[in-house]
Amino acid sequence: MNDWIVTNAPILIIATPLFAAFLTPLVDRVSKRGRDAMVFVATLITLVIAFILAKNVFDNGLVVYTLGGKSVGLTLPSGYHVPVRIILEVDGMSVFMAMISTLTSFVGLLYSFSYIKGEGSGKYYTLFLMMLVGMLGMEMTGDLFNLFVFLEILSVSSAALIAFYARKGKPLEASIKYIIISSLAALFVLFAIGLLYGEYNLLNMGALAGEISSEATFTFTTQIAFILLFASFVLKAGAAPMHMWLPDAYGEAPGAISMVLVAATQASLYALLRVCFTVYSMAIDASTIGIILISLGLVSIFIGATMALIQINMKRLIGYAAVAEIGYILLAIGVGFFELAKVGGGGVISEYGLKALQGGVFHIFNDVLDIGLLFLVAGAVIYVTKESNLNKLGGLAHSMKYSSIFFIIGMAAVSGLPPLNGFASKILIYESVYKVSPITSIIAILASIFMLAIFVKIFHSVFMGPKLSEFATCKEAPKLMLGSMAVIAVIMIFFGLFPDFVVNNIVNPAVNALMNQAGYIGSVLGGV
Amino acid sequence: MIYNVPFLAVVVLIAIGAYALLFKRNLIKIAIGLTILESGVNLFLITLGYREGDVAPIYTNLPSGRGMVLPVPQALTLTSIVIGVAVLALILSLIIRIYRKYGTLDSHEMRRLKE
Repeated sequence: MNDWIVTNAPILIIATPLFAAFLTPLVDRVSKRGRDAMVFVATLITLVIAFILAKNVFDNGLVVYTLGGKSVGLTLPSGYHVPVRIILEVDGMSVFMAMISTLTSFVGLLYSFSYIKGEGSGKYYTLFLMMLVGMLGMEMTGDLFNLFVFLEILSVSSAALIAFYARKGKPLEASIKYIIISSLAALFVLFAIGLLYGEYNLLNMGALAGEISSEATFTFTTQIAFILLFASFVLKAGAAPMHMWLPDAYGEAPGAISMVLVAATQASLYALLRVCFTVYSMAIDASTIGIILISLGLVSIFIGATMALIQINMKRLIGYAAVAEIGYILLAIGVGFFELAKVGGGGVISEYGLKALQGGVFHIFNDVLDIGLLFLVAGAVIYVTKESNLNKLGGLAHSMKYSSIFFIIGMAAVSGLPPLNGFASKILIYESVYKVSPITSIIAILASIFMLAIFVKIFHSVFMGPKLSEFATCKEAPKLMLGSMAVIAVIMIFFGLFPDFVVNNIVNPAVNALMNQAGYIGSVLGGV
Repeated sequence: MIYNVPFLAVVVLIAIGAYALLFKRNLIKIAIGLTILESGVNLFLITLGYREGDVAPIYTNLPSGRGMVLPVPQALTLTSIVIGVAVLALILSLIIRIYRKYGTLDSHEMRRLKE
């Protein structure tokens, strides 16, 4: 039984929430309590499978799972030189992302139990589980077309959830912006997949990477496909100057969804990394792409931090901070990619290049935790006061003691103060990107200081000051909400106190998987 | 030359779709533009798999001496059409709700988020 779970974990992790999602509307008709229990159990099982899979991948290396084959490892049926079936390919980076997605969804679900009340809650949980399916599918798959399908599942369910409070009007506006931009990006991804299929007759990413391995096979069509994939995934990842949908979507979504949306954006970021590091890394001019990633990162940091300054809506402000955090990740990954280009295939990457990659990948996890915690607190404030305007809020620390403590933790982490997790990854980023150009580090540090100033300001205006008469009857947020915030806060403090443990055990396998392109190709085509 | 006509149609469709998305202010027209863009991409996939003189990819029906067109792009297109219908339905239902709330379909007048 245990072996069976370990062997089939890559498909079980997608199938469990998918099955539960379709079961939810049926169970919802019978009993609300039963529905909550079922959704909870399904998400918990997915979380456990994610950790089982992670342990398996960290111990034994890359896992390949062939759908519909005689055995799960049979990627090439006899007589074929290219994979013909849908293959799930799970390496260190995939399970790293899967842990982020399942953990945020689990915490977000706990939070939703007390946040989402009344009509439509059955549909809410269906869409919530579909979102989890979309994220996990994107992270597990080794097939480009599959990636497109899961990208669309993710976009449609996220858009519907952003518009969950449709009667307020504004969420509809955010949602239509999101769905039009997402489906536009997805269509260009599909067009790029068509171009690649026309060129190589392949859809599998490992096999494609094997084909696009030299300058000779890197044709004009393949270059166009790369540009389309790169632009679409950067758009979906919300890097400035393509960030315009992001603060709206984050700002109008219901409490927990804002946090899960951060993880959903990271899934697109993962697809970007997969395309750059695995499919194209041998053929493209990696130093140019590295510099483009660095510039996108710097622009995102700058725009995110400065635009956050002028916001008066609490959740939109945190949304702009999320843009800046994406910038940090792109900056560090860009430096790593730039350095990887210098050594070529088989060489050893320079120490600061490795540090930058570690910092960037570590920051993916920290971004979800920091911004997620702030969104949860903001959601609790809105739940209690029904108000999100910073000019009208005030004096909430009198009634919401625990929430204000969690806000301080989140604020310190997002602006990179020790001893929290934000500091652990940001110090890795500061000390490594400095080598490429000192300007990058200066902008990164300045933006962090900026963010501290902004968050101190909103902490002051929301929580400090005398008790306001209009919020006199407000109580502390429900226990389940506080509990889910506490889970995130504990993980953050743990990451901040033992960064070495996290980097060695979780981040390094992911970084090694990103750099090990030959392993990814070899596991599909065999014998490389 | 004649076999390139579908590819030219793809270019024209995608260009029309992109134009509508970029320059039209009416939400319904934007939705139409997205659909035209999607048709262009679907046509592109189908055209890729076409081989002159070959029949539909049904193995048992294959006349001797003739090949089949590629089945994979057709499977991709079917999936993409199904997804496209779901997205379009969602967009249109959002537009209906927006019209009820805002009383307009002009995207330039939807600025409540920025206030």
